[in-house]
Amino acid sequence: MESIAMTRQQLDGDKMIVNMGPSHPTTHGTLRIVLELEGETITKATPEMGYLHRGVEKLGESLSYQQFIPLTDRLNYCSSIMNNVGYATAVEKLLGIEIPKRAQQIRVLVSELARIADHLVCVGVNAVDIGAFTAFLYLFRQRETIYDLFEMAAGQRLHTSFTRIGGLYRDIPEGFVPLTERFLVECEASINEMENLLTHNPIWHDRTKGIGAISPEDAVNWGYTGPCLRAAGVPQDLRKAQPYLGYETYDFDIPVGTTGDVFDRYLVRTEEMRQSLRIIRQVLDRLEPGPVMVDDYKVALPPKEKVYTRMESLIHHFKLIMHGMEMPVGEVYSATEAANGELGFYLVSDGGKNPYRIRVRPPCLPIFSSFEDQVKGGLIADAVAVLGAMNIIAGELDR
Amino acid sequence: MIIEHIDAQLPGAVTDRHDFRGDQTIVIAKADLLAVVDLLHREGFQLLVDITAVDWPEREQRFDVVYHWLNLASQERLRVKVPVADGESVASLAGLFKTANWFEREVFDLFGIRFEGHPDLRRLLTWDDFQGHALRKDFPLDGGDVFCMEGCTAPYNNGERS
Repeated sequence: MESIAMTRQQLDGDKMIVNMGPSHPTTHGTLRIVLELEGETITKATPEMGYLHRGVEKLGESLSYQQFIPLTDRLNYCSSIMNNVGYATAVEKLLGIEIPKRAQQIRVLVSELARIADHLVCVGVNAVDIGAFTAFLYLFRQRETIYDLFEMAAGQRLHTSFTRIGGLYRDIPEGFVPLTERFLVECEASINEMENLLTHNPIWHDRTKGIGAISPEDAVNWGYTGPCLRAAGVPQDLRKAQPYLGYETYDFDIPVGTTGDVFDRYLVRTEEMRQSLRIIRQVLDRLEPGPVMVDDYKVALPPKEKVYTRMESLIHHFKLIMHGMEMPVGEVYSATEAANGELGFYLVSDGGKNPYRIRVRPPCLPIFSSFEDQVKGGLIADAVAVLGAMNIIAGELDR
Repeated sequence: MIIEHIDAQLPGAVTDRHDFRGDQTIVIAKADLLAVVDLLHREGFQLLVDITAVDWPEREQRFDVVYHWLNLASQERLRVKVPVADGESVASLAGLFKTANWFEREVFDLFGIRFEGHPDLRRLLTWDDFQGHALRKDFPLDGGDVFCMEGCTAPYNNGERS
């Protein structure tokens, strides 16, 4: 790539080029950054992405609305259930339907579990990159429990595909709630252990405080959303600001930072995990029996017993599989608060079986676009800390 | 609310508008884009959430460049659509919104719409030598012969573009 990698002759003075990625332990996925250094100081950073580009949006145009769900798993693969929820919510908005109460509650439950899993990975791995290995191990034990829970619910640990248009693939099984209750206690303890290791650790302070600091105005201008924006002091959280799935009925707080640096992002994520535990506890308290799919055979498949015994249901089954749902003509943009920020789906329907255009608005793309701005003038070791705290997930960055 | 405001401040700028499932949408001519954006920015629509495009090959103005804005104070959202013909360019918003830089690069990469005044309009997701623009409706789903070395035919469809 002659456009970004310069020859030695083109560099003036003692400058040096360091190629970070596409396969580097701290890039977590595949992305490349060409750093131009003067001693230890970064004078230029050119990010290059697209190594994980699968053409998700193009593929979506040739798949039916239901068939797109497995592709959403692979966007932010650290919290795939949240992408399922975000996408299903968008299609339901396009259809103009409301899902049953229990389905909403379970969606909130698994979303918050996924948020914790995502933050655990982000915080733990950020610490590993900087050199603090122990916290990572404490945290990943809890992540394992979350994946066990996902396996119980969806049959899959990572690529869950748990939602369907109009509800959920199935109800949560017996044993899910007791394990979640145990998890709530253990996870709280693990977060405390992690905080004991990091929050007052002078080395952690030295490596994170003041690194990647950003003003609220700049953060908004760069298109930041999620924990990175809140760490900069903007209390924007879609769960509070534009509630969906009944989030307005839960009692939780939005942690906000002041400087937007790596340390603040760490604190915001840590507190968000605690708030998610709070939400999960409330969901468990109010979980009531009921259906988890809409009772509308134009959207949801009828139960198998009915398909085999009733003419009408058989026809509905056939029509749904062969012709898909009857979609209105129109366009919607639906956003949910994913672990990284605002995950948006923009759907354009021409009334056909497949979406005419499906756009995924990835939260980490605008954040990553500010990378050069964040690390320029800093030390090369800080680039790793900033990259970790941005929580770039190449799956959703490149789509 | 904001649409009435735009109408009052810039009469004639909004050529079409609709409201579907609570999403406010306005269509404006590309000549009015910078004026409207400037007004939006002053009215508190500070967060440029997304820029993308939609391809309508049968239309005379083939593309819609679609902008999504969010007002953080009032939580109001607005979608602005700018129709452009193939080969035409749109004014870049990278000067006013830093986040527009990469979004516009992505739209350029996948649709081939050029943005006037963009500081660094390079492909973002595909590589520099990539032929064609992947999200155009006439770009084949399997990539056609884009992924072949010289002299070979496409691996699917017996070498013909789908």
